Amino acid sequence: MSGHASNDRTVLVCKGTGCVSSGAGSIFDALAAELGKTGLAGIDLKLTGCHGFCQRGPIVIVEPDGVFYSAVQEQDVAEIVESHLMNNVAVERLFYRDPVTDKPIMHYKDIPFYANQDRIVLKNCGHINPEKIEDSIEVGIYSALKKVVRDMTPEQLIEVIKTSGLRGRGGAGFPAAVKWKFCRDAEGDQKYIICNADEGDPGAFMDRSILEASPHQVIEGMIIAGYAIGASKGYFYVRAEYPLAVERLKIAADQAREKGLLGKNILGSNFDFDLQIFLGAGAFVCGEETALIASIEGYRGMPRVRPPFPAQKGLFGKPTIINNVKTLSYLAEIINRGAGWFASIGTAKSPGTAVFALTGKVANCGLVEVPMGTPLRKIIYDIGGGIPGGGRYKAVQTGGPSGGCLPESLLDTPVDFENLAAAGSIMGSGGMIVMDQDSCMVDIARYFIEFTHSESCGKCVPCRVGSQHLLRLLTDITEGRGDSSMIDRLLKLANTVKATSLCGLGQTAPNPVLTTIRHFRNEYEAHIIEKRCPALKCKALLVYDIDQEKCKSCGICKKSCPTQAITGSKKKKEPFIVHQEQCIKCGTCWTVCPYESVQKTSPGIGASV
Amino acid sequence: MNSNGKLAEILAQYSFERGNLVPILQNVQEVFGYISRDTVGEIANHVNVSCSDIYGVATFYTMFRFKPVGRKHINVCRGTACHVKDADQILDQVQRVLGINEGETSADGEYSLETVACIGCCALAPCMTINKDVHGRLTSKKALKILGTAVKEEE
Repeated sequence: MSGHASNDRTVLVCKGTGCVSSGAGSIFDALAAELGKTGLAGIDLKLTGCHGFCQRGPIVIVEPDGVFYSAVQEQDVAEIVESHLMNNVAVERLFYRDPVTDKPIMHYKDIPFYANQDRIVLKNCGHINPEKIEDSIEVGIYSALKKVVRDMTPEQLIEVIKTSGLRGRGGAGFPAAVKWKFCRDAEGDQKYIICNADEGDPGAFMDRSILEASPHQVIEGMIIAGYAIGASKGYFYVRAEYPLAVERLKIAADQAREKGLLGKNILGSNFDFDLQIFLGAGAFVCGEETALIASIEGYRGMPRVRPPFPAQKGLFGKPTIINNVKTLSYLAEIINRGAGWFASIGTAKSPGTAVFALTGKVANCGLVEVPMGTPLRKIIYDIGGGIPGGGRYKAVQTGGPSGGCLPESLLDTPVDFENLAAAGSIMGSGGMIVMDQDSCMVDIARYFIEFTHSESCGKCVPCRVGSQHLLRLLTDITEGRGDSSMIDRLLKLANTVKATSLCGLGQTAPNPVLTTIRHFRNEYEAHIIEKRCPALKCKALLVYDIDQEKCKSCGICKKSCPTQAITGSKKKKEPFIVHQEQCIKCGTCWTVCPYESVQKTSPGIGASV
Repeated sequence: MNSNGKLAEILAQYSFERGNLVPILQNVQEVFGYISRDTVGEIANHVNVSCSDIYGVATFYTMFRFKPVGRKHINVCRGTACHVKDADQILDQVQRVLGINEGETSADGEYSLETVACIGCCALAPCMTINKDVHGRLTSKKALKILGTAVKEEE
């Protein structure tokens, strides 16, 4: 490796939620102690936010070498210090290994997961200390704000964003500048900007990661948006389930105030702006703009009929703009690098990049940022590394509970707002969950409907009652009570709920049902006609049995069985048997058996047990 | 300081506006662990709305509790990534081991078990939190180990 003198290195330890849960806290402390012990001078030990590759955590990076260590344990710390920092020999056994070729990869930039990405909003994540404003200023955050408040009128600013073609990244993809213009032109002595960081879609975590890793870029974006619409007050609406993001945001806001970036006469201009952090109390429907507003006002978070739109009559009756974390994060980049630059990335109708939280049955889970229009296949295989453990791709779910499941035949779909909508799904806030042969599509549809049913605010009948009936039908099918009329009934009901619900939650809730029926009808039929779950997921349709040839009579299954459904004895040479009438199909025996002798099958009707 | 004093201290931080209702409830729950009947009355006086109105708001949001929570507060994540990686089995396992169902607290006040829609640790699925610690990449066995129970081979 290139020889850097030991005293000009920075060691970056990721302290995002993911890495902390994998033990990053103790690694940071151990590194500090080890560095103190060796007396190595000039090494800068730095905590960072999330790199978006939590699966490989805890992550330690040594700069300027660009060496990437993954899955670091406390006992590895001494070796990193001694070998790498003192003797300039990187520790190969801690390198990331390519999941396909098993080849160790030393540098951050050579790992396919990162090399195939095009990071704009994620570019600072993992490279700066989120708790130090100096780090953020050093990488250029707040430079666009300076330009905006000193040299641009709000109208000019809106024009730049309009030219860039930026569309809101909260899910619906409405042009940001158009919304701003409505608000700018609306009458009102007070206007508000709200940053929606109530990332409610299960399976999405990019907003959390951005707030944990680079909170200042979002604050800068909010001030710029506030300037555009003429708001002097902003709210960060953040999920209470994200304590670390909230803490870092608070620290960042205090630092920004100290530096005169928030408050009166920002950067010597005559623009005043300050922000407040509001913790969401846990309601998915609050992702809907009018529901979110009701929640800040102290009411139940229920949506109302629009118009009037929040841009005209929003928070406390005043013109209000609600923008997503990612939308705000793009603003400074567009101002610094030009609207033309942004418009040249992605597709004509959806310029810029798309950020996804790639998870599920994929080798590399994490945050992915690619130009709009990138095919699903590239995201899942080139960046995600494909399906691990010899599994077979079945579907990818995008858009959370409002989205849909796309089969193998649609893998070459370029990802943007229009194409995903045409395939029956949506972009949503960016969850992308890959599923293999072990996921049952009927169960997935049931799972999402269970979620939207419990999160339905109950205001309008189609969503409240419709979701309940969809759930009942799907439950019947997954529990073996399906009949041949049910697919048609599901389709009819789903289309009614979609067409007649009051807000986005209800209007999109049936998408998982509609797309799974469209693309995986055969799975519905297997459950309904043959009473069989091909993915071996739906409990009621499963049978557990012990393969006597493989059984070593260890008795762990018998001891673990919560209903004493297993009998047998090693001493008395009695074979171990599952008594089906007592079996509750919890799968414990299947999980605990060390010899894989417990068999899980779904024989369906007609087969003997 | 007694609980009335603590509550008064919390309320004193907020002006009498309705918009402060959710932050007040969050603060009260943070300090007392749950929203009790007595506190609701005081909060109602402070923001000048009825008790039923306060319950209407508090019950709408999943974060608010109306009973004390156990010393170990377990939240099993039911997000999509966790679901795809068999979070339901983890939940079943935890329920059986602790002898309580989702939404319940054990009789000795040691454990409370709840589920959460998503904690955003999807790359570590399936996961659960115990108080503020996140435990990721769970298997039924690992969950058992974390909860301190394991089964040994028959001799």
